[in-house]
Amino acid sequence: MRVAATLKVNGTLYPLEIEPHASLLRAVREQIALTGAKEGCDDSECGACMMLLDGEPVNSCSYLALQAQGREVTTVEGLAPPGELSDLQRAFLEHGGVQCGFCTPGMLISATALLRRPGTPSEEEVRTALAGNLCRCTGYEGIVNAVLAVARSRSEPLESARTRGA
Amino acid sequence: MSASLRVASTVEEAVHELAAGARPVAGGTDLVVGARQGKAPLPQRLVAIHRIEKLRRIAAHDQSLRMGALVTHAELAANPTVRSRLTALADACVIVGSHATRAFGTIGGNLMNASPAMETGGPLLCLDATVALRSASGARRVGIAELLAGPGQTTAAPDELLEEVYVALPPTDTGSSYVRLEYRRAMEIAVVGATAVIRFDGDRIAHARVAITALAPTIRRVPDAEAALVGSDAGTEAAQIAARAVAAASEPISDIRASSRYRTAMATVVARRAIAVAAARAKGEDIPVPASTASGGGPR
Ligand SMILES: Cc1cc2nc3c(=O)[nH]c(=O)nc-3n(C[C@H](O)[C@H](O)[C@H](O)COP(=O)(O)OP(=O)(O)OC[C@H]3O[C@@H](n4cnc5c(N)ncnc54)[C@H](O)[C@@H]3O)c2cc1C
Repeated sequence: MRVAATLKVNGTLYPLEIEPHASLLRAVREQIALTGAKEGCDDSECGACMMLLDGEPVNSCSYLALQAQGREVTTVEGLAPPGELSDLQRAFLEHGGVQCGFCTPGMLISATALLRRPGTPSEEEVRTALAGNLCRCTGYEGIVNAVLAVARSRSEPLESARTRGA
Repeated sequence: MSASLRVASTVEEAVHELAAGARPVAGGTDLVVGARQGKAPLPQRLVAIHRIEKLRRIAAHDQSLRMGALVTHAELAANPTVRSRLTALADACVIVGSHATRAFGTIGGNLMNASPAMETGGPLLCLDATVALRSASGARRVGIAELLAGPGQTTAAPDELLEEVYVALPPTDTGSSYVRLEYRRAMEIAVVGATAVIRFDGDRIAHARVAITALAPTIRRVPDAEAALVGSDAGTEAAQIAARAVAAASEPISDIRASSRYRTAMATVVARRAIAVAAARAKGEDIPVPASTASGGGPR
């Protein structure tokens, strides 16, 4: 039996009726119609469904929607204001980090969480942070290069201000 | 009966739900993922415990560390007391799954899921951890060996909630390590694993603990390996004897990940590595976490 629950996704509150066994992925894709997060393996191996839950990457295919009540859910659609791209999203385009695009939302979510942690990640740390995201095109080089480029530009505030055109 | 899920905000509320037949869900990285994989359907009646503030705490005291059931692998791996005093546990938590698994997977869920391949069991067993279990009718404390009953089975009653894990901090000159054999670096389940805890008195080992992971129906200690180490200098010969005892104590399964013979052969390898790292750490050497990577990674 569905129960009333409110989910906060990308800053907006959505009053919903949710089935107790429903995953966060299903609620967000089918009831809120945000389809950026993808269903890949449906059991937490591939990372295509990743969202941020209170800032941490979660495999939303295997997370109960009702456990996300009262928390901040961020999907790939929420990484930048509508019509805009974050510096990370731009870097994915510049460095060829997107091929078929299926893994991209999850990759962006994992990398966003990584880049919010203090310090500048090494290549090893970037690869570790993305270990839960599979790219079936095997386009890892471009993805890792994009994340490293953003990590570097954010650690050089003046430099990044210039490339952002600020 | 239709499915239901209640989000508990206190331990009292949670154990009341358990008494009424609900199953707990914390991070869901075993329970919900298992249901997705078709291992077992999700229980009809669930109580979500992730909101219970009291179970999120991790508190270091002079002589002990108390970890609430909801403390995550990421929190444990980053905790300074865990890294310096319970290093084997840091070795274990930092290699669990992916960032997402470590951010949502809890220590309580890891223990109560009772996989023979679980990462935290060996370190907690060798560090003499105990767990506090509570039900609507009372509370009790049991050791890890008492808790783990078999693959997917614990001795906790279905209405008991694991509240916290307690470890008395070993003397500062104790070294510990957890090493698992893995085919790749991340998102991996232990093919085999070994834990060692060592303390010297002069140049002889005064205290030794060795446990095996994914080599028997439960994680278990290997008393013959411990006996071979105590009184020795932790040199090659003692480590060889201990490693042979580890292989003798192993009764691994054959599955898609490895044959039983391969697991037994590799048991000696991970045991030697775990012993070497624990001994080096006991002598004050800085062997980085995780020991699995520091000691070589794949088969050698
Ligand atoms: C992709 C992936 C990779 C993984 N890699 C690893 C790995 O490398 N090593 C490893 O050890 N594990 C791994 N796991 C398994 C899992 O992430 C861990 O075991 C985790 O610690 C489980 O915690 P949880 O809170 O998610 O448990 P849940 O799934 O919420 O619960 C697990 C079980 O314990 C019970 N339970 C939970 N909390 C309590 C409590 N406080 N009291 C009583 N019962 C309780 C539940 O009812 C359930 O039966 C992996 C999982 C995934 C999906």
